Amino acid sequence: MAFEPTLLARVNKPESGKIDGYRADGGYATFERALAEKQPGEVVTQVKDSGLRGRGGAGFPTGLKWTFLPKDHPGPIYLCVNADESEPCTYNNRILMEKDPHQVIEGIMLACYAIKSNRAYFYIRYEYGDAYRAMQAAIDECYAAGLLGKNIGGKGFDLDIFMHRGAGAYICGEETGLIESLEGKRAWPRIKPPFPAIEGAFRKPTIVNNVETLACVTQIMRRGIDWFKSMGVPPDPKNPRDAGSFGPKLYTLAGHVNKPVCVEVPMGITCRDLVETHGGGVPGGRKAKAVNPGGLSMGFLDVNAPLKGDDGKTEYDIPLDFNGPGKIGCLGLGTAAITVIDDQTSMVDVLHNVCQFFSHESCGQCTPCREGTGWMLKITDRLRRGLGRKEDLDVLVDVADRIGIMPGTTICGLSDGAGWPVKTAIRKFRAEFEAAIKSGNKSQYAKTLAMAH
Amino acid sequence: MPAISDDIKDRIRAYIPRYPSKQAVTLPALHLVHDEYRTVSNEAIVEIAGLLDLHPSEVHDTMTFYEFFKHDGDTLGKTRLWVCRGLACMLKKGYELLEHCEQKLGVNQGETTADGKITLEFAECIGACDGAPACLKDDVHVMNVTPEKADQLIAQCREQ
Repeated sequence: MAFEPTLLARVNKPESGKIDGYRADGGYATFERALAEKQPGEVVTQVKDSGLRGRGGAGFPTGLKWTFLPKDHPGPIYLCVNADESEPCTYNNRILMEKDPHQVIEGIMLACYAIKSNRAYFYIRYEYGDAYRAMQAAIDECYAAGLLGKNIGGKGFDLDIFMHRGAGAYICGEETGLIESLEGKRAWPRIKPPFPAIEGAFRKPTIVNNVETLACVTQIMRRGIDWFKSMGVPPDPKNPRDAGSFGPKLYTLAGHVNKPVCVEVPMGITCRDLVETHGGGVPGGRKAKAVNPGGLSMGFLDVNAPLKGDDGKTEYDIPLDFNGPGKIGCLGLGTAAITVIDDQTSMVDVLHNVCQFFSHESCGQCTPCREGTGWMLKITDRLRRGLGRKEDLDVLVDVADRIGIMPGTTICGLSDGAGWPVKTAIRKFRAEFEAAIKSGNKSQYAKTLAMAH
Repeated sequence: MPAISDDIKDRIRAYIPRYPSKQAVTLPALHLVHDEYRTVSNEAIVEIAGLLDLHPSEVHDTMTFYEFFKHDGDTLGKTRLWVCRGLACMLKKGYELLEHCEQKLGVNQGETTADGKITLEFAECIGACDGAPACLKDDVHVMNVTPEKADQLIAQCREQ
């Protein structure tokens, strides 16, 4: 049977953001049924048993996260919706918010009912003005329809959703950075534990979930566990810690592709299939050289690097599930944002762009990250200006290896994500970097005013 | 004379019941003031702090963390035009677009045109990668911005 999109099923309908249309497509019936017929614990169990893993980047099992809340807590318990989507080249949450906000809201309602929360804070990045207004309009419709507020449906359940706009800081997507920002402080991530489920927003138990994750909650409660598990990749039997990669997934395409689109497919599609089939290949008859398979933090794959075995497959053929990218040295699936880099593009320029981003967005709290991202930018800038030194590549990798929660030098994962593209680019495209140093050629961008920062 | 009008103060106060702490209203308050006055003056910081039972240094601390807010005599133009320099945009000539806008407007990024109409800035990835190279006009995405489209956008901003 051909795959039918679910999360994106309504996006091209006229007025897809309106409550009437959502209702006509069966919307909110799932929430009303849960409210009337299910105990909160049953919703938790259904989401847990579906195998849903968070779509924001880390892939933590959603239902399991919910069970970390203290039992019989007197409240309040908060839900924070993470709509700070700032991982470069990622836009799937934006599509959901702009085109089908009610699907997201129903997920919030179900999640809040499950975790016994009466208040959700919807933290959305400032740059998503249209998404903010679409969500706010949809929330207003829900209040008018009696789906939000006090004693919803006469069942004694209260729920408020408040939109909260960010102010252009990438670190606010880190869940404790988000909480600090929500509280009106600088968005410095917290040392964990305690995790937010124990002590989160306003020192109360808090669950932070991504927008796409919540849209999945809506569909899992509507269509059931079997539906969700009929798609994707089951757990690796050889890895007892693997929770599998079930369900549909939104992948976004960007960079050198003919069709930069957001597509929904079962999890586990290969990078090649995504780019060549759904993205229509690389423009201008050129070839893909490198792909960033999940947001900049995940690093790069080399399209031409053969995989082990003799079947002609390359890194381009890895499945984009929670395990695939890790097998070729990338950090993980991340946000499933696929950015294609063609064979005419300099990896020196690409890596400089990456380092520029992380240096700008490091929050400054931990010295190894604040200084390390700055050093990496300085070195890649030198490479770009044709002034690279032969030891530079090793220094870059050395810095990249030492910053992050994995080496244990920082509070959050921002700098793991800053180091990963550096390590993978230099390991996989070393010859190109060495040639750049040897030739001393200046990048076409080395003079641009845009580079003043 | 107060730095923040009564109307804006009322709008700030309206946020207070939404949160269990008044400090959480800091960002909404900064946005309201910044949108209206195109900057957050020291006097405004003191008044926000007064409304939220904070020390002014707490508001200042939060505000300066986000490079988003203009202060210390720096004022936004009527329109804030951001050009994205994220990787997806760079691959589609985003740097060239920023340079084009700088030349067209006669300012460097981070500066405001002499007539006070447009502030030009670079942005880190604005999540409009399906329409790269992209701009943000205040908080609205403008996609697939060719140099011609950028000229039209600038002309539009000048008329506002």
